[in-house]
Amino acid sequence: MDNRDPFRYNVLTSGHRACSGCGEAMAARMVTDLVGPDAIYINATGCLQVFTSHNQQSAWQAPWIHSVFANAAAVASGVEAALRIKGKETPVVVQAGDGGTFDIGLQCLSGMIERGHDVLFVCYDNEAYMNTGVQRSGSTPHAVRTSTSPPGQFSQGKQELKKDVISIIAAHNMPYAATATIAYFPDLKAKVEKAMRIKGPRFLQILSPCPLGWAHDSALSVSVSRLAVETGLFPLVELEHGELTGVMRLAEQKPVEEYLRPQGRFKHLFANKAGGVELRHLQALADARIRRYDLLNVDTQWDTETAMQSERHGRGGYTVSSAVREVK
Amino acid sequence: MTMENKKVTDLRDIRLHGRGGQGTVSAAALLALAAFEDGFESQAFPKFGSERRGAPVEAYVRISHTVIRAHNQLYRPDAVVIQDAGLLRSEPLLEGLTPGGLIVLNAAEKPEGIDDDFRWVCLPASQIGERHIGRPLPNTVLLGALAAATEWVSLTALEQAISNHLASKGEAVVKANIEAVREGYELSKPNPP
Amino acid sequence: MKQLLEGSLAVAEAVRLCLPQVVAAYPITPQTHIIERLAQHVANGELEAEFINAESEFGAASIVLGAVAAGARSFTATASQGLLLMTEVLYNIAGLRLPVVMICANRAVGAPINIFSDHQDSMSVRDAGWVQLYVETNQEAVDTLIQAYRIAEACGLPVMVCMDGFLLTHTFEPVDLPTQAMVDGFLPPFQFSRTLDPVRPMTLGGASEADNFQEYRAAQQAAMEDAMPVIEAFDAEFNEQFGREHGGLLQPCHLDGAETVLLGMGSLMGVVRDVVDKLRDQGQAVGALRLRCFRPFPAQALARYLASAKRIIVLEKAISIGAGGIVAAELRAALHQAGITTPVESVIGGLGGRDLTPDVIEALFQKSSENEAGATFRFAPDHKSLTRQNEEAMNNG
Repeated sequence: MDNRDPFRYNVLTSGHRACSGCGEAMAARMVTDLVGPDAIYINATGCLQVFTSHNQQSAWQAPWIHSVFANAAAVASGVEAALRIKGKETPVVVQAGDGGTFDIGLQCLSGMIERGHDVLFVCYDNEAYMNTGVQRSGSTPHAVRTSTSPPGQFSQGKQELKKDVISIIAAHNMPYAATATIAYFPDLKAKVEKAMRIKGPRFLQILSPCPLGWAHDSALSVSVSRLAVETGLFPLVELEHGELTGVMRLAEQKPVEEYLRPQGRFKHLFANKAGGVELRHLQALADARIRRYDLLNVDTQWDTETAMQSERHGRGGYTVSSAVREVK
Repeated sequence: MTMENKKVTDLRDIRLHGRGGQGTVSAAALLALAAFEDGFESQAFPKFGSERRGAPVEAYVRISHTVIRAHNQLYRPDAVVIQDAGLLRSEPLLEGLTPGGLIVLNAAEKPEGIDDDFRWVCLPASQIGERHIGRPLPNTVLLGALAAATEWVSLTALEQAISNHLASKGEAVVKANIEAVREGYELSKPNPP
Repeated sequence: MKQLLEGSLAVAEAVRLCLPQVVAAYPITPQTHIIERLAQHVANGELEAEFINAESEFGAASIVLGAVAAGARSFTATASQGLLLMTEVLYNIAGLRLPVVMICANRAVGAPINIFSDHQDSMSVRDAGWVQLYVETNQEAVDTLIQAYRIAEACGLPVMVCMDGFLLTHTFEPVDLPTQAMVDGFLPPFQFSRTLDPVRPMTLGGASEADNFQEYRAAQQAAMEDAMPVIEAFDAEFNEQFGREHGGLLQPCHLDGAETVLLGMGSLMGVVRDVVDKLRDQGQAVGALRLRCFRPFPAQALARYLASAKRIIVLEKAISIGAGGIVAAELRAALHQAGITTPVESVIGGLGGRDLTPDVIEALFQKSSENEAGATFRFAPDHKSLTRQNEEAMNNG
């Protein structure tokens, strides 16, 4: 018998073991309550799986399964296939971090989308491998300090750019892909609800700050994620069948420094001249994204092509590209 | 419980040679199916590996009165079916053939310069096949010849095997192959004593 | 009624008769004919199932994992590199106690890449928690596949049916395919008590720590031990209903009064039987024992069967590189535990498709060629050089 009280019910219930200020826990609470308990949830290995299913103490009040790190989308494909042949219409939702989406899980995710499974795949993007102690991932933005992309004499943090996963996903010509973040709940709610009305593979990339890995005050998770949007570094967009169909426009563009300053992962950029170059590079990347998605009219000396370049010189050494230096 | 205690007796081993695309593996399957239709135990398998069009292909058939338990390769054939005479120049086609063994060759006559104790049955199977099937496919013609020369399988069983195995390819294909196998059989019947 | 069928097609028919609702796979030689036939059955409406073309074997294993967790009987098949790519998921399926059934069309593992048959692939995942049944013939593959679903669903254990690639999968031989009614009479509809369902929300695959992890493993081990009588009982029940049995855990061949016994797995045992018959006719006290069920490992039953043997040879188609024979090592441990001191000769052969001919098997029986001093195993003689030697001996003699 279903004795759940719809007014005092969370799919992800309280008492789990997330860090204080965990953006992923907030995002997962929002998404799963919007989808509801009458769904089957598949979780990739990662923080969310660890802090919600710890040692026989489950925080999930909906059917939930975790298998391994890389295969959440494939497990979901199997669950969905089983439901389809049985004539059931129970929604199927995958939850994964950026590792389980951008990197180790990308092959299974691509297969799931290409085969057209009726699954909502939610990526809680906290831009590094937080579960294992903040190592660099394909999602880690340029110049970020992680434990495997440390700043040093020849390094200003991660050399490469953040992988543009939403474009990769959208290129599968799939029905719906969108980005969201915990700072804009009405926007996130609209996107989850829209996704749940669409059949076929759907994808949400939700920027989820990690106070531990980003090294910001636990109280700032929501405001930091808002700044990511307001600076243009994390555009909120919707793509349907590969075409851009919606963007959240910005009233004004905030300088990236406002986003970077509260976060210890960018601290090294404020320490010396080389870091200063990277600050300008990050500003250029924000500008490029604003131009690309036409978030507002901005005029900077960095064109998109220049901003998107980063190259390596010498033995493991690190410099920004010559094109970037010329701008200076 | 122990397995049935059956002896290895009356085993007939046949090796088929051809080129990828000539239906060599199919011919082996048809021969085994026909033997099975006749009430024998039989087994057919290709030379294991990937098949490439035009490359040399081998397939094998075992026919026996008793259960065939071996799942290893076959080295001492009693008969060799050769779908492309050109292979005689490049491949050791007669290797392991038992003394007095039979060679069924897709050629108008026995090639010159081969001095041996083998029994040769030669017929232009590609031309016959082309006449019936519309493509120079020698395989069913050669099976008819093998059946006539050895009486290891009956013509009726071969026709039945063709009907069953090729059914999915349509009636016309079945009919053409049955005509082909019959002509191969008729041409190769041993002369009455 | 017996039909002459290619092994792959025969087992594909057996899979169809078990009515899986989800089939997921990724092509790999020599397994591919099996899933091609199943895809055609689904396309023709002869099997009401979702056929999922996975993006890799890792994906295929994960898809059947999800499908079984969601309450659907499922099937996958692979071999060699594909099985190793599945490895992480194989452990996971077993740990989740999901009754998945798969076929491994046994093939060598590269490098060097080799598509031919040996047992290295499935032996490499012997510790993953799957029941492993090695079949000798295509008839046994068909029958064992049907038994596998019953075993998996009764014991809460995944089952891997291991059939030799090419030697069985690509060989046409007579197979008696049961009818749908016969299979339905043996195999009850799929049931799984921990199905993912919003009506009874359950958490599957949560994290565990030091204070209970070992208990999960102990439970898997206990389930494996409990599976042994179940495997025997289902084979016997199968015999009652279908008139065929395959030995349950172990199948003896002429063990009565056998002084020299050869133990082996899979299709190589057909040639072994032929050789045993021949040598018996010559008055030699030889016999053979086929290990059908490698996991769970029937240590006690092996010790019982081999208690009176004077010479024991294990011939296996896999090698634990750096150690030697795998079955041989486990058999030595089993015999030691039972207080049996007969030495076990460990022979490794048939790797990467090397043929194990009657000459090779006979040589193993004949020569009291014990392993070199200090060596725990030896490689089987090569069949070509052996045949040459025999011919020369005949010509000279």
